[in-house]
Amino acid sequence: MNQLLNLFLARTKEYYRDRGSLSWSFIMPPLIIAVVALAFSREDTTLFKVGYYPADTPPAVLADKGYLQMLPYSDELKARQRVEHHQLDLLIYTDGSQHYLYNPTSVRAQPVRDLIASDTIGADWSAETLAGRKIRYVDWVIPGILAMNLMFSGLFGVGYVIVRYRKNGVLKRLQAAPVSPLTFLTAQMLSRLLIMLMVSIMVYLVSDWFLNFLMLGSYWLLLLIAVLGNICILSLGLIVASRLANEELANGLLNFLTFPMLLLSEVWFSLDGAPHWMSVVAEALPLTHIVQAARSVMLDGAGINEVGYHLLVLGAMTAVFLLLAAKLFRWRSD
Amino acid sequence: MTEIMEVRQLVKHFKRVQAVNGLSFAIPQGICFGLLGPNGAGKTTTIEMMEGITRPSSGQILYKGQENNPAFKQEAGIQFQSTALMDFLAVREVLQLFASFYQHSQPLPHLIEQCQLGDFIDQPATKLSGGQKQRLLLALALVNDPDILFLDEPTTGLDPQSRRNFWRLIEEIKQQGKTVVLTTHYMDEAEQLCDQLVIVDKGQIIAEGSPRDLLRSHFQDVFVCLDSEDLPPEWQQRENVTHQGRQSVIASRSIEGTLQELMQSGAKLHSLQVRNATLDDLFLKLTGHSLRD
Repeated sequence: MNQLLNLFLARTKEYYRDRGSLSWSFIMPPLIIAVVALAFSREDTTLFKVGYYPADTPPAVLADKGYLQMLPYSDELKARQRVEHHQLDLLIYTDGSQHYLYNPTSVRAQPVRDLIASDTIGADWSAETLAGRKIRYVDWVIPGILAMNLMFSGLFGVGYVIVRYRKNGVLKRLQAAPVSPLTFLTAQMLSRLLIMLMVSIMVYLVSDWFLNFLMLGSYWLLLLIAVLGNICILSLGLIVASRLANEELANGLLNFLTFPMLLLSEVWFSLDGAPHWMSVVAEALPLTHIVQAARSVMLDGAGINEVGYHLLVLGAMTAVFLLLAAKLFRWRSD
Repeated sequence: MTEIMEVRQLVKHFKRVQAVNGLSFAIPQGICFGLLGPNGAGKTTTIEMMEGITRPSSGQILYKGQENNPAFKQEAGIQFQSTALMDFLAVREVLQLFASFYQHSQPLPHLIEQCQLGDFIDQPATKLSGGQKQRLLLALALVNDPDILFLDEPTTGLDPQSRRNFWRLIEEIKQQGKTVVLTTHYMDEAEQLCDQLVIVDKGQIIAEGSPRDLLRSHFQDVFVCLDSEDLPPEWQQRENVTHQGRQSVIASRSIEGTLQELMQSGAKLHSLQVRNATLDDLFLKLTGHSLRD
């Protein structure tokens, strides 16, 4: 316990004395959030988004309208939430019930209704309304940016540091002392976990103060998602760091892991309407589950039951990653 | 004398390279034991197998009479040939961290005084001079007050003054009754510090014993050295003359007789040096090449 505590303290001191890394952790996420808030502060007026449920075939008369993006939904609840949060301008029911759903507080819903009424469907369709606070793009993207920061810091912070320690002989020196790999790795993980949670909380509070973004769910649940997600990412970093003593190779491998997650885990854009295989790949990425769970809590007010699936997947992934890392770990490269 | 450590038929292969080829020796408690040999002889591989850092391909390593003795890590102090330390930690913090790893550790003020760390105790451990860093690494090796201390090429890269300071520290540690295992390719270091040594070449022991006994058993001669250009031509091909760089070395049983002969044949003596045989001479005699080659 004494060893663990001292290794934890040593690693934490190293981190906060490394002014470059520390300031980068604090500066990068708010910077990205500020850029996103600024860039997407104007509405996109060139295209309307119309969803249809069930997701079999879109109404034929709407399918060829260039100014409408038709999005299929197989999950009615999800589709209704999109309307509620102004992410869908209209939802058409293609189940034969001849009605559609719109949000009366959305300024984009009315022109779409007019277009549809005058052009295609006809006045005999009934309209259902669903009011809700508008979700700005920045509200939608903030869980992604915070999770992305956890991912980069977790993977590179633990993975890269251990590879460097192996390369320059620090690990060899520790191997000569009566320190077990488990104690050493646990200390590295705990230190990075604590630091990243503190960084994330501060970034969240500062960004919220400026942007007042949407948070409908429980802060405790959000914290639980951050802790589980962070441990999962750190475990993945340990696999990369288990044997390598080459920083360039480690860097390449870490990039190989982070880029798919950056693109497919819905950090920046939704995969609604994307090819099915993308969703399948995304499902296997831990960041997807962190982002989806955090977004559900923040935007939809989801409780632990709604995000339980994501938490279970993160827990299972963590167990597999830790087992693999423990199996593969060597103090020195072969 | 009780043996603190023994290795039997130690072998290590690295893919196609046989780094260590059947080494056996025993180390009595309380002595300084040297592994002497040129670079690439297998010294570091051998000492790292003894330290438990590298797994042998075959053979046995016994600490206090027992293989895989669980007490070894608590009772051994280790200084590697080159070690980096944690970034951004001060010397004192590194000492405190390593002290926390052991069940028993030395009081830090004593260690700081013994290894003369006081002048830079609050400096970052990564920003020390070569001599300061070696003293810190020695302090880390001593932090658990070890029974056996392993030093792998501890003075490589140090200036002459730092080397002498380091030797003095090792002498003090020896006086405390600790066993020291040292690898070096410096013959003067081995002669100065080691009570017993094995000379290793190409993974095998080629000679072993105390430095004095080894030299006494292999050499009855002293060496008379002259610049080659000062030596008359008729001397150049003699059997007892070898050439080392620009110097010619005459092996002699009688210094007076050799000097008289040289003066009679008109040799210039302004570059004359007379010296006893060294471990380097012994290595040259046994292998045909120098320790420093």
